[in-house]
Amino acid sequence: MATTGIDTPGRAQVGVKTLRQDAWWIQPALVVLGLTAFVAYGIWRVFWGSHTYYSAPYISIFYSPCIASSCVPGADEFAFIGSWWAWTPALLVAWIPLGFRLTCYYYRKAYFRSYWLSPPACAVAEPRKNYTGERRFPLILNNSHRWFFYLGLLLALILTYDAVLAFRDPQGQWGHMGLGTVLLIINAFCLWAYTLSCHSCRNTIAGRLNHFSKHPVRYRMWTIVSRWNRHHPKWAWISLATIVIADYYVYLLASGHLTDPRFF
Amino acid sequence: MAYTAHFKVWRGDGSGGALQDFDVEVNEGEVVLDIIHRLQATQTPDLAVRWNCKAGKCGSCSAEINGRPRLMCMTRMSTFTEEQTIAVTPMRTFPVIRDLVTDVSYNYEKARMVPSFAPPADLAPGDYRMAQVDVERSQEFRKCIECFLCQDVCHVIRDHEPNKESYSGPRFLIRLAELDMHPLDTVDRRDVAVEDHGLGFCNITKCCTEVCPEGIKITDNGIIPLKERVVDKRYDPVFSVGSLFRKGQKRSAPPT
Ligand code: SF4
Ligand code: SF4
Ligand code: FES
Ligand code: FES
Repeated sequence: MATTGIDTPGRAQVGVKTLRQDAWWIQPALVVLGLTAFVAYGIWRVFWGSHTYYSAPYISIFYSPCIASSCVPGADEFAFIGSWWAWTPALLVAWIPLGFRLTCYYYRKAYFRSYWLSPPACAVAEPRKNYTGERRFPLILNNSHRWFFYLGLLLALILTYDAVLAFRDPQGQWGHMGLGTVLLIINAFCLWAYTLSCHSCRNTIAGRLNHFSKHPVRYRMWTIVSRWNRHHPKWAWISLATIVIADYYVYLLASGHLTDPRFF
Repeated sequence: MAYTAHFKVWRGDGSGGALQDFDVEVNEGEVVLDIIHRLQATQTPDLAVRWNCKAGKCGSCSAEINGRPRLMCMTRMSTFTEEQTIAVTPMRTFPVIRDLVTDVSYNYEKARMVPSFAPPADLAPGDYRMAQVDVERSQEFRKCIECFLCQDVCHVIRDHEPNKESYSGPRFLIRLAELDMHPLDTVDRRDVAVEDHGLGFCNITKCCTEVCPEGIKITDNGIIPLKERVVDKRYDPVFSVGSLFRKGQKRSAPPT
């Protein structure tokens, strides 16, 4: 018998890992399914999507901003990396949303519980003998979330810009709106909701202050961010879904499976 | 409507013990603590249980009911079906003294390590003035009844006894947060939180918040903001780098 954790001598010896009778394993199982599916989709798009990420005027989120000179014409507005970059241009930007979400306080909860099983559910013993938390390399890197938050803001701006560009038609004339435009707008909105409800946002807006009364405007913004912050996990999942939907739609257009229904 | 429920109650002490079966009467409106008292009164007078207020305010009757850390006096029997077996054990993170009573002195040792409230030296106790919006955040944590259920559920110490040495648990991280956010407190507790209380152990899996009978948002409002304040000081590209230029400014007073 292990001698640490709940079996430590001196503690009440119950003999089982948990006495919980509810289906505590459902939630971690669903999270594993959802996140694994997303990661698989993301890998497919990043490594096998380099011919299907742009269909004027829409660009896929995995490739935006497209900053390599190998980017397809029309999508290469921000291209400043020369032709020496031989890999998929998605790799140049995809690390930002990836890092942002990997270090996100909500996703940390989700993967620590569901993949690491530390703990799999509350008051269910974790399988591992040792635990050092986020104090050492590599998990101490989760403290970089603040940096990723700043980058995430930048990305949200760029994706909003992409959504605005979607009001041009494939020839570049303004005054167009297709189903893709709607999907990019919804996606940009959800990404803003996710980014602004972030705990780092809440702290930088005013959480770090001790005298709200001296900063009424920042305090007011803090109350709004706090309200959204309560729903951060929800926005984490919704924005994951809108990313896939918007991106898959661009894929369908770019690969010729679909033509974009036009509203005006 | 009265019915007979099946209970399994852990009996024993630090050297060993087991779940013991009881069939016991349950009446409408009762809570788990009532049933434990009925067992004491009718079947097993030596059953040890700690309780005091029976109103969810003293934090004495913490236990685990069907594996979930809960206050016995705040767990209604009506949340179970009549057929359900109800298992009651002591908290499994602390040494057991006897039956449902545990030795929670770990928590008092950690409490003593928290640097106490330090108002400005020139401020007499009667002269404290603060705006409600400034103390509001700290007040949420003052609701704590020290039931230590959050400590009990925290996997850092529940599943790893050796971590007790360097980790203080959610109850004391929110105590640190409470003081660090306090408008009249002058001590910077960020390094203490990391070095003496092991803030980095917490992986924000939020079980403490799930079990808190006072509904304190331990993680979202306490631990995460505390972690963020540490980031301000140690890892933020704007704030921590910026402070290098503000001449030797170590935060001796809280940010305003
Ligand atoms: S969120 Fe942190 S403090 Fe709370 S139970 Fe989980 S690891 Fe422990
Ligand atoms: S924070 Fe909540 S769960 Fe923890 S000791 Fe206080 S009242 Fe109990
Ligand atoms: S993005 Fe989730 S907490 Fe920052
Ligand atoms: S007896 Fe006081 S909290 Fe339950």
